[in-house]
Amino acid sequence: MSEREICLSGTGVSKVFGFGNRKTVAVDNVDFNFYSGELVSIVGESGSGKTTLIKMLLGLTSVTEGEIQFLGKKRDIRTRSKKKEYWKDIQAIFQDPFSSYNIFSKIDSVLLDCIHMRGGRMLPKAKKIEMMEEACRFVNLKYAEMTNKYPFELSGGQMQRLMIARIFLLRPKILLADEPTSMIDACSRATILDMLLNLRNETGMTIIFITHDMGLAYYISDTVYIMERGKIVEFGSADEVILNPQADYTKRLLSDVPKIHEPWEFSKRNQTPPPQTPVEA
Amino acid sequence: MKNTLKQVFRSANFRIGFIIIVLILLLITIYPIFSPGNPLQMIGYDSFIPPGLYVSLYDSLDVPRIYTLRLEGADQIRIYAKLRPTDRELIRDWLLLYSEYNEVFELRKEDINLEDTEALLGLWWTYFDPEIRFENLTIAERRAFARLDTRIDGIFDLYDKYIWTYNPETGEQELVGSVTNLAYINVSDVTNVRLLPLGTDNFGRDMFKQLVSAITTSLAIGLIAGLIATMIGLVLGLLSGYLSGFVDDVIMFFTNLFTVIPGIVLLILISYSIGQEQRGPATVAIVIGLTSWVWTTRSVRAQVLSLRNRDHVNLSKLSGHSLPRIVIKDILPYIASYVVMAFILQVSSAILAEAGLSMLGLGPRTTETATLGLMMNWAMRYTAHLSGAWWAYYPVILVIALISFALNLINTGLDRVFNPQLRD
Repeated sequence: MSEREICLSGTGVSKVFGFGNRKTVAVDNVDFNFYSGELVSIVGESGSGKTTLIKMLLGLTSVTEGEIQFLGKKRDIRTRSKKKEYWKDIQAIFQDPFSSYNIFSKIDSVLLDCIHMRGGRMLPKAKKIEMMEEACRFVNLKYAEMTNKYPFELSGGQMQRLMIARIFLLRPKILLADEPTSMIDACSRATILDMLLNLRNETGMTIIFITHDMGLAYYISDTVYIMERGKIVEFGSADEVILNPQADYTKRLLSDVPKIHEPWEFSKRNQTPPPQTPVEA
Repeated sequence: MKNTLKQVFRSANFRIGFIIIVLILLLITIYPIFSPGNPLQMIGYDSFIPPGLYVSLYDSLDVPRIYTLRLEGADQIRIYAKLRPTDRELIRDWLLLYSEYNEVFELRKEDINLEDTEALLGLWWTYFDPEIRFENLTIAERRAFARLDTRIDGIFDLYDKYIWTYNPETGEQELVGSVTNLAYINVSDVTNVRLLPLGTDNFGRDMFKQLVSAITTSLAIGLIAGLIATMIGLVLGLLSGYLSGFVDDVIMFFTNLFTVIPGIVLLILISYSIGQEQRGPATVAIVIGLTSWVWTTRSVRAQVLSLRNRDHVNLSKLSGHSLPRIVIKDILPYIASYVVMAFILQVSSAILAEAGLSMLGLGPRTTETATLGLMMNWAMRYTAHLSGAWWAYYPVILVIALISFALNLINTGLDRVFNPQLRD
């Protein structure tokens, strides 16, 4: 493991909201090492601090305590220009595609922003359109249908695919995906996961995948981190953590996963007869 | 955009308010074209001339043709105009008093027929004596009887009226012509005719013209004040909500400071300290604007606070957009409908604030422009209500109420469309 390059790591990272009696510790003294090219899943219940951790990694909220290292150096995002540089390398897909877009700007401008961010502001218009077409083709959308449309005219799955097209154009080193499939129906979910994995194969980017779905985490990830109430309770390779869980919390999470292949134990359930309502005379 | 407009116009509230405002705007744009001139020009030598059509008596004598019309009932109408029902009652009252006073003269109330003009006047002319002093009669009442007597003197006379004029050659008065009781003229033949739809005020200024110019000025004051208040409120609210931290603390400190000082007190103090001579309509508008931004700031800030952590703002940040661009493109459009509504309310309240200030005598300096508040102030100061000159203040009150009512209707109409909780 040690020969691989660490692209993002943190030591003692904490986030505290409020102070005094009303203090809430969202992320509590977390250590992590994310290696380049890895697909890391962070699994936990709602409220376990996954999203806060992601926001800190993105630099959207400040870190209360601790230090985040990016590409082996201490992360420095104190000025706007440095932040902008940082965001060239680290991007995100959010959970809710419906609230991820500005409803007043058109789809073209969303994609054009990405080209501009990669330094393509001076490119000829035809080249830009070609790039956008390529990105749309990658996520199975037709650029001709997208142009001059507003994001809210698309379906949820299409919006999330557009989000991946965005990442395709941006080519960041790290992608933080905050439950990108949780708001979408099962069919689109598989497509989107496929696209994410394709993108990873093509660009070799690190994907940090946030989910509450243990099964999903097992299928796609190399490394799994389990978070409970702001703490990382267990981490390791997917096989280690999910097939041989150590922490109680992980075991509980695993037991909550519905097992489709096992028949539901009706016989056990129906041993006690349902209480009968007394018939009134 | 088109759909939003359609939706907005589907709301009955909005339609009514919009129509009222459009009608008022049409009035203030079209009327000055047809009736140009200074609205504050004093045209009347009397104060509080009642509304009506004014025909030049001098020019009436010079009309090219005089017509003879034998109209039925013309004499009765003429007598009726001189002898009103109240006058007839006055005659009856005197006669009853006289019958009590004079033991020989016996008259009961039932015997008097108020409709029978000749009998009534016959009794009056036989017995009325201004020298008789009844008991329990005030001087004013006694004089009213005397005035009535002179007024109805010669009420049945149908003599011709003669027109004399001065002849500069002979230096003598010369008979020009005579007018019979059957002579008529056509009003359109008279050179000088003026319609005064709302009469004049105490200075003899055409009230309607003044009202139209006052609406223009008041709306302008409302717009300027509303724009200033909304701009300040919007900028401070956006900065305070989006930047948070120290900037937020400083802005909220000043906002809270202004919140606890009643706006009207501040308005009065500032207006007073500026002084009468310096206060034009623009100054008043600026003063009103500078004292009424507080609530816009607070509500814009609250809206921005809820918007700044939305995913689309985060995405915009991740796309490397600058702060002004995020505020203008990702936050402003989301609160635009709210800001428009706040602006409309600000305009409405600024018009009311101007009226209030001017009523207190702290409005724009007089003699240059009329505003709705100033017209109210003049009507109050020159006691229009005591003169029974309703036309000096009722139309103004009505217009102020209409404008603010229409703007509020527009606001509720917009609210119905933009507020998802109220949407049908």
